[in-house]
Amino acid sequence: MLTRAERRRGTGWGLLSLIGIALFVGMAVAALLSWDAGSTQNRLFTAYTWRILRFTLWQAALSTLLSVVFALPVALALARRPSFPGRIWIIRLMALPMGLPVLIGALGLIGIWGRQGVMNSLLLKLGLEQPVSIYGLSGILIAHVFFNLPLAARLLLAALERLPAEYWQLSSSLGMKPFSVFRFIEWPAARRVIPGITGLIFMLCATSFTLVLMLGGGPAATTLEVAIYQSLRFDFDPPRAIALSLLQIGITALILIAISPLPAPDDAVVTAGRATRRFDGRNLPARLWDALVILLATTFLILPLASIVGAGVQANLWGLVNSAAFLRAAWTSFTIAFSAGLLAVLTSLAMIAGREAIADMKRPGGTARAFSVSLGGMSSLVLLVPPVVLGTGWFLMLRPFGDVARYAPALVAIINMLMALPFVMRVLSPAVELHRKRTGRLAASLGLSGFSRLRKIDLPVLAKPLLTALSFAMALSLGDLGAVALFGSSELTTLPWLVYSRLSSYRTNDADGLAFILGIICLGLTMIGTAGQREEKHG
Amino acid sequence: MADGIVLEKVELRLGTKEFRFDCVVSAGAVTAITGPSGSGKSTFLNLVAGFEAPDRGRILIAGEDVTEKHPSERPVSLVFQDNNLFAHLDLATNIGLGISPSLKLSGSDRAAISQALERVGLGGFEKRMPGTLSGGERQRAAFARALVRRKPVLLMDEPFAALDPGLRLSMASLLIDLHRETGNTVLIVTHDPDEVGRLADHAIFIDHGQISLQAPAEEFLARRDIPALAGFLSG
Repeated sequence: MLTRAERRRGTGWGLLSLIGIALFVGMAVAALLSWDAGSTQNRLFTAYTWRILRFTLWQAALSTLLSVVFALPVALALARRPSFPGRIWIIRLMALPMGLPVLIGALGLIGIWGRQGVMNSLLLKLGLEQPVSIYGLSGILIAHVFFNLPLAARLLLAALERLPAEYWQLSSSLGMKPFSVFRFIEWPAARRVIPGITGLIFMLCATSFTLVLMLGGGPAATTLEVAIYQSLRFDFDPPRAIALSLLQIGITALILIAISPLPAPDDAVVTAGRATRRFDGRNLPARLWDALVILLATTFLILPLASIVGAGVQANLWGLVNSAAFLRAAWTSFTIAFSAGLLAVLTSLAMIAGREAIADMKRPGGTARAFSVSLGGMSSLVLLVPPVVLGTGWFLMLRPFGDVARYAPALVAIINMLMALPFVMRVLSPAVELHRKRTGRLAASLGLSGFSRLRKIDLPVLAKPLLTALSFAMALSLGDLGAVALFGSSELTTLPWLVYSRLSSYRTNDADGLAFILGIICLGLTMIGTAGQREEKHG
Repeated sequence: MADGIVLEKVELRLGTKEFRFDCVVSAGAVTAITGPSGSGKSTFLNLVAGFEAPDRGRILIAGEDVTEKHPSERPVSLVFQDNNLFAHLDLATNIGLGISPSLKLSGSDRAAISQALERVGLGGFEKRMPGTLSGGERQRAAFARALVRRKPVLLMDEPFAALDPGLRLSMASLLIDLHRETGNTVLIVTHDPDEVGRLADHAIFIDHGQISLQAPAEEFLARRDIPALAGFLSG
């Protein structure tokens, strides 16, 4: 269906993006591997690295377990009550932590669970002697559950809502009691998606950086990513940073291999809003239980968010917005975010064009097929080599060439681009595919190609998914602290870095106000993204 | 008539649609429920099954007032067009749930399950998963579950609509055989006039939420004086 020129161009663009990403990531890894290999090897398996490795996996396992175990009753309760006023808002609330910069979520959690927070004063009043600590392992767990419980609950809910309506009619007609409904219907549905959800959340928690940076207390509660950052930024001990980076790549590779056969969880049904009817759980105890579960989960999620808003509006917002520091950081952040977003969208399009060109070939050879597969895998390469590791590699490579700060904005933008790439591909790839399926033959028969096809056929249809992808990528970059952490300085200050440094210098009031503003911006961008996506689904 | 199904001045409002049913369905017979889509055929069935509760009026099954009863307390078995079997459970489990909803089965229960499978032509299929069966085989399994439940009323919502024409014929004759053996009361929603002639002793035509004709099947199929019915029979 493509003309020969189009096929050649598609292959070219795909190849270019492939080589670009491979070079960027490969050079970082090569820099790590080539740096004074002898001293690195000795540092690979010391008592210190073992302790950090153990803690990384231990906190990830606990976080995953708690998130999934607590998400299950929430999802069951929401599925059992398919229509009550405010339900849709609770489900939307559960999507919120995913659009919220991690840094800001952490601030909200400190506001609630911190020493002066609501929770501890309440617990003290109830007679608890030792307050819950938001720092250290307990804090990391609370924070991971805050971000991942809603994710797990939404995915479980979607799995339950995908069950045919007849199942609920049958179960009630057959007279199944709640336990039988759970055993024969709900649990089998949940069991199918739980491995995928567990894998996803474990991966997220094992590579979590910002939360551990803010809530981890010293060497006893440090993950690999944070330890890499500390080795480089505070101790300047490159061999240790490299050893840890290599361990990190090894661990993420193992996790990725372990979770790759698991089916990817999908939350497609939740937004469709199809009303199923349930005939079980109509007695009072069941109603009270579900109400309690939903109320607890909602409170747990809403309190930190309310704390961000509450603390934010108390700050001198007007003064902050007009301060030179804010304006400079906002400008830096937007420049980086826009570059990263644009680059992510263009790279995705190039990769999609490359895959399209291969798919269009009648008999693609082995090379072509391998090329197509590596285009798919390359978009997720950042999962294997996390931002901090990428940053470390480039930091060490560029140091001999003068001040790293000079290259820092470009590096941060590229790393942010790589972080956004999997999401952008997930938005754009199906949209482009559908569009091609609808218009490909017609456009080919009319002889439309090249720029005129782009302008008349492609852009009008793809404008919305493109905007969605761009705003997602920008929100991700705007709220990211991971990539900028290594390079942040008085010369390179993004908004998250500004919040973080205000926090470190105990100017909490400013930090709260800035976090509030940043949160609004990121959520706004995410909402633009999801709104576009939803219309796309209905249209 | 006391054993049949009685809808006594039943009124129900769903959104903007209003339904009014007042009829007696005779016991031990097969009654077809027909009508244009959206006319209220399925709502009629849902009222009998207990998935909808009337705003006014009473529903009696075999002389007992079931208006306030939960679906599980009504003496009915159900067969839908699709999704009659839990896809992740094997046939023996699916049918066993019809005997005991918590799957506490005795040896004689298991024998009854195998017998029922045998009866519908699925002998030896106990361990098969629904996904490995054809559409017709899945509906047969649903019949087997209805058999082991031994309920006096069988409610079917377009049970053959997803099957191809040849299969519909053989399924219809299986249904008639089973009906003769058990003597149950069958309500079957269908939009196929041929099926009315093939299966039903009586037929009910529902239009705009009301019964516009209830008659013996032969008379029903011969009527041409109701425009909506004439349209249904000719198309």
